[in-house]
Amino acid sequence: MAEPVLAARGLSKRFGGLAAVDGVSLALQAGRIHAVIGPNGAGKTTLVSLISGELEPSAGSVMFEDLEIAGFPPARIARLGIARSYQRVNIFTGFSAHENCRLAAQSRLGGGLRLLRPARAERDLDAAARHALRLVGLDPGGRATAGNLSHGEQRQLEIAMTLAISPKVLLLDEPLAGMGASESARMTKLIKSLAKDHAILLIEHDMDAVFSIADQLTVMVEGKVLETGKPGAIRKSRAVRKAYLGGPA
Amino acid sequence: MKARASIEPLLLALALVALALFPLLGAKFYLQLFAKIMIMAVFAMSLDLLVGYAGLVSFGHAAFYGIGAYMLWWLSPQYEAANFWLTLPAAMAAAALASLAIGLLVLRCSGIYFIMVTLAFAQMFFYFAAGSKFFGGSDGVYVYVKPVTGFLDLGDTAQFYYLALAAMAGTYLLLRGLIGTLFGRALLGIKSNEPRMRSLGFSTLGYKLAAFALAGAFAGLAGYLDAAQYGFVNPDLFGWRLSGMALMMVILGGMGTLYGPILGAFALVLLQDTLSDATKHWLLPLGIFIILAVLFLPRGLSGLIKRAEGKRG
Amino acid sequence: MSDSFVFFLIQVLNGVQEGLLLFLVASGLTLIFGILRVINLAHGSFYMLGAYLAFALTQLTGNLFFAVLLAVPLAIAFGLLLEALLFRPLYARDHLYQVLLTYGLILALEETRSLVFGDDVHGVDVPHFLDFSIHLTGALSYPAYRLGISAMCLVIAGGLWLLIQKTRLGMAIRAGASNREMVQSLGIDIAWVYRAVFALGVALAAFAGMIAAPVASVFPGMGNQILIISFVVVVIGGIGSIKGAFLGSLLIGLADTFGQVFAPQLSGMTVYVLMAAVLLWRPAGLFGGRAAR
Repeated sequence: MAEPVLAARGLSKRFGGLAAVDGVSLALQAGRIHAVIGPNGAGKTTLVSLISGELEPSAGSVMFEDLEIAGFPPARIARLGIARSYQRVNIFTGFSAHENCRLAAQSRLGGGLRLLRPARAERDLDAAARHALRLVGLDPGGRATAGNLSHGEQRQLEIAMTLAISPKVLLLDEPLAGMGASESARMTKLIKSLAKDHAILLIEHDMDAVFSIADQLTVMVEGKVLETGKPGAIRKSRAVRKAYLGGPA
Repeated sequence: MKARASIEPLLLALALVALALFPLLGAKFYLQLFAKIMIMAVFAMSLDLLVGYAGLVSFGHAAFYGIGAYMLWWLSPQYEAANFWLTLPAAMAAAALASLAIGLLVLRCSGIYFIMVTLAFAQMFFYFAAGSKFFGGSDGVYVYVKPVTGFLDLGDTAQFYYLALAAMAGTYLLLRGLIGTLFGRALLGIKSNEPRMRSLGFSTLGYKLAAFALAGAFAGLAGYLDAAQYGFVNPDLFGWRLSGMALMMVILGGMGTLYGPILGAFALVLLQDTLSDATKHWLLPLGIFIILAVLFLPRGLSGLIKRAEGKRG
Repeated sequence: MSDSFVFFLIQVLNGVQEGLLLFLVASGLTLIFGILRVINLAHGSFYMLGAYLAFALTQLTGNLFFAVLLAVPLAIAFGLLLEALLFRPLYARDHLYQVLLTYGLILALEETRSLVFGDDVHGVDVPHFLDFSIHLTGALSYPAYRLGISAMCLVIAGGLWLLIQKTRLGMAIRAGASNREMVQSLGIDIAWVYRAVFALGVALAAFAGMIAAPVASVFPGMGNQILIISFVVVVIGGIGSIKGAFLGSLLIGLADTFGQVFAPQLSGMTVYVLMAAVLLWRPAGLFGGRAAR
């Protein structure tokens, strides 16, 4: 098996006496989708926040390409190439979709005097933004402000922004939340296609989607890993059925 | 955020022309008053950079105004003129440095805390100046001779007026240009959703610090010109009343527009001037006016213009 | 007891007294910040209001004690009026507008004070039954009234603690400013909570102004002075934390008193240096656990 792009080992997060995430380990491979499923409150989103740097781990490590990144601030982790999308849409509501993505793409430029260049002249940023929008199926020429887009379009924008920073790893937190059947199918197809160029961590409740595209599954319950394995094995596992999936899927 | 065919640039150009021609008709008293207003406009615009574009509500911006003013006094030989071209950059640099230092402390705070600590630090300067014999204490100090520029006589009311006009126009153009850069875009992103900016890879503290320091520099410019105009420098130039007035100008005029603060400066200083002629207790109607404006004019004066525009197009 | 020890003791007593008075004002401020989420720049004006009411009513009734009995309800009534007219529209709005409106309010209140009472400095007599000194040693004695102030403040602090720990209102306060829904699900009318907290804050500040009047005098600008320091207390102690306000006030009171005695050239700066130090170490204040909003 190839070296994992990102590997979490023994990751834990305690709030007072409560362990939201307790000793979780998992590995992401390039070109593969690793899904994390589990009941609400299992600590899935907390896990994502630990990897993205928005929360500091109480214990454990996160290795990204030979670099220990646990404890790094989120901006640094994003610049290293790990991008995260949010369960609740987290965009710049006053800007257009294009501006949202262009701003995201701008983060690749870093700092320094080049920031004094007029924004309008940045053709590269425009191209990157248009590319990201097209990938997710949004109209790059759309003039509506992001706050006025439909929920489904906002979710698409959420993904587009994540793509616009040219990441190596995608942490997708319930990208299908609140989507109708056809939108979900479309988004699922998109995520599958993104796996070609990225290592993907996918948090989802939509079991159809998960079982159709995931290469690897981790089941979390109450902050701990219940089981990890291929989708087929997970589906058959009695322990998983009991804790989460219920009867025959 | 996109460029939209609007009447705003045209109005601004007209206003500039009108202001440039004003000395031909205006009486000396009004030239002085308008110069004062334009200096306040510089101060208010610098605050708008923070409030309207970076989302940083500072209630202590007068700290840097005061530094600009005291710097002119400090760098001026007692009974001779200072060199404008040396002292002005020095004053702005001092204000920017102080702003950077304070920014490092206060930018770790957000929301209510930020407003309070900025106020507190400005008060620190106030108490320092008021308690310091060297800086004249609460009586203040005097700049007896105006700085020399080499071609403008700052002692002449009309020429000083043009200096103030140039400062206001220059500040406006510079800040407008800055907002249009990648840096400016990032500031707007920070104001809109700072956590998202961080998770996209922006080190937002650096951007906020830069904005803070820049705003401080321009506040210093305004303070320097104030000292050059009236020659009287005292701790009130650090005071919360001045910080509050600037904030009011930004809000009343319309924040996040840059020309809004200019409108606000004109409106408030003229209002202040009219009221203080009418009564010794002019702060009372001014206070009531502010209260009513906040309650009934949520988008400020520029909001009225935008609404009028909206009705047409 | 040696003279220098007694001198030190006197400074400690002064510092504690100053801190406790400050606590009354700052606790109101932190409650209003923490529960109502409103910045009230005019909070210092309530302190000033209390002092001027005490002055006027003491002249009328001849005794500070009666003046306080009359003034507290008046101050509360005024506070409730302001809350209904001016603050209620502000709850939903950005802090920026709260700052602006209360800034206008300070200007208006100060000028009104100037119109009604003039700009002179006034004194208020210490009530008879506390008008004596406790002899400590040699030439040094300590005014009983100052001890009385500290005692009254401690009683109030105790009362506040009881209120917060043992009553339904206190439960609503502890449940957290952040959680309106939770408070409402506890069966408490949130509007009533807001009104009660605001009235409490006003009463505390005004009362502080009243009992401080004999030692601090009644003068223009007294409100703003204490407001800024209260802000520093809240920053140091953490927003919404009464414990933090208590510790912060004592810290500031002692620092200010000792600062004035041992380093008068720095006059007033000690407080800000302290604030800067706390900010470097704990940006959310000593007890400001929640991320500063």
